Amino acid sequence: MAIQTAAARRSTPRPRARLPVAATAAVLVGALGLLGVLLQAFDKGLGTEGNVPTFILITLNGLTLAGLYFISASGLTLIFGLLRVTNLAHGALFLLGGYVALQLVQDAGMNWWLAALLAMAASGLVGLVVHQLFLRWNQGQDLRQALITIAVSLILADQMLARFGATPTAIAPPEFLAQPLSLGVYDLSYPRFRIAMLVAALAVGLLFWLVYTRTRVGMVVRAGVDDSQMTSALGVNVQKVFAIAFFVGSALAGLGGVFAGTALSLAPGQDQSFLVSALVVVIVGGMGSLGGAALGALLLGLVDQYAGAYLPAEYANLSALLTFVLLAAILAVRPTGLFGKAR
Amino acid sequence: MSEQVLEISGLDAHYGSAHVLNALSASVGQRSTGIVGRNGMGKSTLCKAIMGITPPSARGSITLDGEEILGRPSYDICRRGIAYVPQGRRIFPSLTTDEHLRMLSRSLATRGQWTVDAVYDLYPRLAERRKVSAAMLSGGEQQMLAIGRALLTNPKLLLMDEPSEGLAPAIVEQLTETCRTLVAEGLTLLLVEQNLGMATAVADRLLVMVHGEVALKTTSAALLADTDAQRRYLGVEPTAA
Repeated sequence: MAIQTAAARRSTPRPRARLPVAATAAVLVGALGLLGVLLQAFDKGLGTEGNVPTFILITLNGLTLAGLYFISASGLTLIFGLLRVTNLAHGALFLLGGYVALQLVQDAGMNWWLAALLAMAASGLVGLVVHQLFLRWNQGQDLRQALITIAVSLILADQMLARFGATPTAIAPPEFLAQPLSLGVYDLSYPRFRIAMLVAALAVGLLFWLVYTRTRVGMVVRAGVDDSQMTSALGVNVQKVFAIAFFVGSALAGLGGVFAGTALSLAPGQDQSFLVSALVVVIVGGMGSLGGAALGALLLGLVDQYAGAYLPAEYANLSALLTFVLLAAILAVRPTGLFGKAR
Repeated sequence: MSEQVLEISGLDAHYGSAHVLNALSASVGQRSTGIVGRNGMGKSTLCKAIMGITPPSARGSITLDGEEILGRPSYDICRRGIAYVPQGRRIFPSLTTDEHLRMLSRSLATRGQWTVDAVYDLYPRLAERRKVSAAMLSGGEQQMLAIGRALLTNPKLLLMDEPSEGLAPAIVEQLTETCRTLVAEGLTLLLVEQNLGMATAVADRLLVMVHGEVALKTTSAALLADTDAQRRYLGVEPTAA
């Protein structure tokens, strides 16, 4: 037994500390960015005339946007991070959920919550069908899965364009969330729905975490990800469990679409932009790490909003680029993402 | 013979162009059977074929209590009553000791005498380490866990592939003792081992595998007495009993 533990210790070597150039540069860039934001925010003091009220609103925008990013990325964390299925149709399922809810609320006059639930089911079902028909035969074949899901997402995007048109449309929020909420400072008020989005993100995260760490289903998913053959040899139908997980991940994409469609709007092209942000969140956080996805979403949401507001006017068009600067900076410090484990 | 638990006949398996199992036929009766043989003779491939783990894809016939199981998915074979302790133990690093036992389906873990508590009674050491990540367990503890989770499926037949591999001699001795106790309590055991000492100590009947076939059907006592066969089939210097 002594030999075994010694071997186990040897298998996790500790690299000697060198001066990490890339990491230092990344931390410096991050610190400078934050310093720039704070300097502008508190430039004119704390009074009503100063920049603090705007800063609070922008921060809230960033936090609630982070909530939206987290909801859509949590599904991808499950599918791409844990099950290792390269699903580039996640954005299309996101937009599909939004449009289904839009139809149900606007045309059928359905209750927002019920519509959201049905939209989740619709995205989940489409995801499940794609998984069963195309993806499970290509387990572990990243390139094929990427090509198949790109094809699926193009087809879905065109079908949605044909059916719902190209004009941006928004879903009406549930009535009691439609009014703004007074914040009690600087006479500010803020849309209730966006706060609800943040609460929903926290609820999704908490529920996800509880299921993953505390239930038998969570244990089986973890075991199946570690070694699916061995899990199956213990009497677990791993394919069924993975199919359910794929359904849940796709349904979460749909839920993200419903929230995005209500808080922002629905339009062609959003599938791709939210796919990219979800991928950034998952990769920044570390593949398969829920806490990492939460932190990644938070960083992405704040960077996105701060960059839009505080970049000098002549560089404002670079704000979209900063998402990828964030990605590059984090991967320079931690190549497997914030909480990622090397495989 | 009706008391045979597992019947294998004409089993062929290929890895690419390598013919690993060659029309292998064998039967496994009650109590304990050992399969011994040198490296690369197809022992692990046979285990995988029995358990429905691919690759390789195997052809032929494997029946459990008279029912064909070849070609069925692994989880179904487990539910029908074969439990597998794989070579290298294949513990899940993301799970704690306790989670390894709790993840199993209730319907399996309640269909017989083996419950989570019974496994902890068998291995009190695991109970002490129940909250520990299984990746942090020692090799001997991981082997206990691999056996414990297999027993918890309440099998008719326990299939063990090289359980002594990588363990210190004192731990192998404990393992041998556990296997003997389990067999004495009525479990049917199919033990695949390189360690002739352990195989002969646990199993009554022995099958010697050479090049994907059963070259010799014998008993532990007979093989231990036959130093010539040991040298010829296993390439080992004779072991004293």
